[in-house]
Amino acid sequence: MRGVYRPVFYENKKMKQKKKQDKSAADRIFYITTMFCAFLVLVIMCGFFVQLFIHSFPAIKKFGFTFLVSGEWDPVRNIYGAASAIYGTAITTIIAMAIAVPLSFLIALFLVEMAHPVLSRIIGQAIELLAAIPSIIYGMWGLFVFVPFMQNYVGPFLADTLKLKWLPLFQGPCTGFGLLTAGIVLAFMVLPFISAVMRDVFKMVPPVLKESAYGCGATTWEVTFDVTMKYGMQGLLGAVFLGLGRAVGETMAVLFIIGNTPRISASLFESGTTISATLANNFAESSGVFQSVLLELGLVLLAITFLIQIAAQFWLNMVRRKFGGNI
Amino acid sequence: MKSRSLILRKTSDKVVKAVSILAAFFGVFFLAWIMFTVLKFGFKSFSLSFLIEPTKPYGVADGGIANALLGTLLITFGASALGVPLGLLGGVYLSEFAKNSKKGNIIRFSANVMMGIPSIIVGLFVYTLLVYTTKSFSGFAGSVALAIIMFPIVVRTTDDMLSMVPNSLRESALALGSSRWRTTLSIVFRAAKSGLITGVLLSVARVSGETAPLLFTALWSDSWPTSYFTQPTANLTVTITEYATNSPFEQMHIKAWGAALLVTLVVLMLNIACRIIFMEAKHARK
Repeated sequence: MRGVYRPVFYENKKMKQKKKQDKSAADRIFYITTMFCAFLVLVIMCGFFVQLFIHSFPAIKKFGFTFLVSGEWDPVRNIYGAASAIYGTAITTIIAMAIAVPLSFLIALFLVEMAHPVLSRIIGQAIELLAAIPSIIYGMWGLFVFVPFMQNYVGPFLADTLKLKWLPLFQGPCTGFGLLTAGIVLAFMVLPFISAVMRDVFKMVPPVLKESAYGCGATTWEVTFDVTMKYGMQGLLGAVFLGLGRAVGETMAVLFIIGNTPRISASLFESGTTISATLANNFAESSGVFQSVLLELGLVLLAITFLIQIAAQFWLNMVRRKFGGNI
Repeated sequence: MKSRSLILRKTSDKVVKAVSILAAFFGVFFLAWIMFTVLKFGFKSFSLSFLIEPTKPYGVADGGIANALLGTLLITFGASALGVPLGLLGGVYLSEFAKNSKKGNIIRFSANVMMGIPSIIVGLFVYTLLVYTTKSFSGFAGSVALAIIMFPIVVRTTDDMLSMVPNSLRESALALGSSRWRTTLSIVFRAAKSGLITGVLLSVARVSGETAPLLFTALWSDSWPTSYFTQPTANLTVTITEYATNSPFEQMHIKAWGAALLVTLVVLMLNIACRIIFMEAKHARK
């Protein structure tokens, strides 16, 4: 607001007091109530960390730092390590992002630069509806439709037709359950989140910039790659991290299709587990140290998603400031 | 700048365009595939008795989902009763009292972060807070978990929607002598009505398909939800999980699909309703 003339108004003590009195009691109560509700956001956020930390303390004391790197998971001897769950989470998330990010980018490109506005709106809405479908529906669909599909078509196609069997990634029989299937389903769950934000970022690039590139004779792809992408990089990064946060914490869909075995194997056809799937699968019959272990896993998941979300919101805030719009 | 041949540039442009059409088609195809599956299997078990009969004990094939449906309604209603008023008031603070202040921006930022925290963490949090301390799973704990998920969504949409109300409206109300709370509740809220309804409906849609937090709080039961505050309460989504994964019986799978169809339809209807309300409001404003 620099450069704008603003009359300077000095308040003296008396006027300040009068201002305070002007606020009626009801107004003050209203103000305090709303402030309390708003600060509840911060309280709950801190509460997540505090509660999970307190309740996972027995496990932290017992296993210490090795919990994070040990792959052992032995309920009989009561020894637990988080490595297999963290590994599964990482692998499924990588697969999901490897599929979802390029696909979302292309979809955003299609919606903004190529499609007729009416068509763009219809397809955009349809893809947004993908985000509305509850994750348990993805889980059921994955379990009854996609797992057999992977077992009968995709697995054999990758291993035999493309002759990728020699790769450690595609060792062993494809039962349908496993890291690869979970990763693919996750990809389609996070796709709408990423593509919606990417589309908004694409739309917010000033037309003048694009038009000048077109004027120089650039093709649509060149404009997108060299102008739009560079201009909206922070927004695109924010979108990717938003999707990443979703993929890391997703529970039900993964629970149904990953096989739920706590082990680390290089093959994507093998079953595995993720942090959230381990939690959902074991929590009901857990007690004592085991429950504390699960809560510590929850704490790990919370810390990871918290950092990812902060990065995402940081970038999106930067874009919001740059474009002055609403994403 | 490196010079590239025109043919190469044009072909790469064409290829990217073709691939992006394919990508968009792929996204829509996926939606269609899932919807088709849910409709195909779900309609098999859809009948009046399915909706009004309670679930039978494990292994008995016939029976409906009425108790789970009622439980889900109870839990969602409880969640809305807790989460919506708190969220609305929080949003009022952000838009009316902390528009560009540092405090407001911090809260806005945290609400955005909170929206991205996995629902399973919320479930764990409420477990340690309510279930662990009272030593019993309850529908109420489920409501609290869902309310915590709804809360930041309602806060943010309320903030956005109230910010869209022009200041002149507030000023005229205040100039007429009405107090701040009257102005907010009866002038600003009324002006932003459709937006607020959209926000609330969206948050309800978001939580009515949630499963993970309920696994740790409301759990599951096969009786009527008679003791919402003290006992595990039947609900649709956990019933689906139980039937789909813990049962070898084809009949129970079909029941699960029926419940899945119901949940999907409700969630999609809510979403579409939101879009229509919001669109109409936008047109009306223009």
